[in-house]
Amino acid sequence: MSAWLPIATIAQKVQAGELKASELVEQALQAIASKAQFQAIIVSLDDAAHERAKDIDARIARGENVGRLAGVPFIAKDNFLVFGAETTAASNILKGFTAPYQSTVINKLEAEGAICVAKANLDAFAHGSSTENSDFFTTKNPHDETRVPGGSSGGSAAAVVLELTPFALGSDTGGSIRLPASFCGAVGYKPTYGLVSRSGVVAMASSTDTIGPLARTVDDAALVLDVIAGKDALDSTTIDRDAVSYTDLLGDVKGKKIGVIKEYMGEGLDQGVKACIEAAIEKLKAAGAEITEVSLPSLSAALAVYYIICPAEVSSNLARYDGQRFGFTSSDAESLDESYSKSRAVGFGKEAKRRIMIGTYVLSSGYYDAYYKKAQTVRTKIINEFEAIFAKVDFLLGPVAPMTAFKIGENVDDPLQMYLTDIMTVAVNMVGIPAVSIPAGVSDGLPVGLQLMAAQKADRALLGLAKASEELLV
Amino acid sequence: MADLTTDDVLKLATLARLQLSDDEVAEYQRELGAILKYVEHLDDVDVSGLEPTSQVTGLTNVSRADEIIDYGYEPLDLLKNVPAVEKNLIKVKRMIG
Repeated sequence: MSAWLPIATIAQKVQAGELKASELVEQALQAIASKAQFQAIIVSLDDAAHERAKDIDARIARGENVGRLAGVPFIAKDNFLVFGAETTAASNILKGFTAPYQSTVINKLEAEGAICVAKANLDAFAHGSSTENSDFFTTKNPHDETRVPGGSSGGSAAAVVLELTPFALGSDTGGSIRLPASFCGAVGYKPTYGLVSRSGVVAMASSTDTIGPLARTVDDAALVLDVIAGKDALDSTTIDRDAVSYTDLLGDVKGKKIGVIKEYMGEGLDQGVKACIEAAIEKLKAAGAEITEVSLPSLSAALAVYYIICPAEVSSNLARYDGQRFGFTSSDAESLDESYSKSRAVGFGKEAKRRIMIGTYVLSSGYYDAYYKKAQTVRTKIINEFEAIFAKVDFLLGPVAPMTAFKIGENVDDPLQMYLTDIMTVAVNMVGIPAVSIPAGVSDGLPVGLQLMAAQKADRALLGLAKASEELLV
Repeated sequence: MADLTTDDVLKLATLARLQLSDDEVAEYQRELGAILKYVEHLDDVDVSGLEPTSQVTGLTNVSRADEIIDYGYEPLDLLKNVPAVEKNLIKVKRMIG
């Protein structure tokens, strides 16, 4: 039996006085302690969470309406600033950094009565596909402790599947919500670029960074999205949300036009993953979906585009970590310049340095046009191909990754091989469209995620299809 | 173009303000070369007539009224994460020789 009721039910019961927020927080903290061997969590926020729960219980006793997430505990990836809590982004350079303010999404969740109980592990600065790039430790896959949970939101995905809390927050720059959702067997939702504010979240690649929920069901993910979506004066890239609630889902696949992406179903796709995706396609067909095969010829270039644009933006965003205003500082420096380069040398891990170096190269004089500008222009070509396809079909479908969760250590010595795990997720970020990973079965005991995509701002329609598919695939 | 020399790597490290060990220089020389070789297959993509994209939802020049917003932050709280503070100022190493 599941440890948690649906999120909307929990909130209703807390509001009705049938459940206490303080008991739910205690349940979450006990689960965190009892599943500590999976190392999903960097730090739990016991005192702050207990205090907040007590306050919510008192407000309910006074007859106040607390909100749609009353008493619901959650876990935030450790790149979200939570007021007064240590926020490290799993990096040594931010170790000991106490957030002096907090992310807009945390404010919005707290305003509806949700309680942040812990910060989850990630690849440092969200650079990676396995949490092996965390400067602290590697999270274990809940289904097999010798395997990775996927990344970079690996701690968040593992936390949800281990049922530490009903939902967790993640960030998705090139697949970092969907990949761990697929590897762990969670629902991972990546919204349209700009739908959710990134204020107070450690920046990675600003032209593709998005924030979204990881949960056990599409309904739970939709409710969280509905609370966190919308324009924010503190993030000028945010866009208008739907006037209708994202929880108002039309869960029907009948007559829906779905394109299966040919380029994602061919060479290099694990046979077990392929079998799960093909079985899902058959179930959708049987339920009345109109399924066709579609081709996006420039998809083969998407990963190369991503691994130019992402490090370029990373090198720029990580320039602020200079060891002077916050974060680790080297005590062994004579001049300011030396303090910069020594603080950064010690504070950054291998992958952060690697991306800073690549980014610096592709943005440097003489190479800018050949790499960065070329990548941005190919990005236009990919966007145009997606737009043309969405004129013909309502949704796109494919796997999330070519493989299931791999062994810890298997890819660490070959960064290029690690980058290839993102091959089916990065195009979505380049184009700014929404996408979701939902559980589509298992291969050799390991979860396989089905990836569904829709056009920009079609988030509600996509969640509706995901909900209908989830019911078919269970 | 993708073959990086040791000097190239050292120059990049200087630009990026990263002090690298000899081992790291050798490692990044090899790895960056492989990654740059991989991304070179963009050379084969025909992009004639296309403009580069840097923003995907079509927003341009988002601005707000030029007014002071009070977020309630205390300057002294914001200084708590600073490694070296003197008289409420951030203290840094010597800048000019």
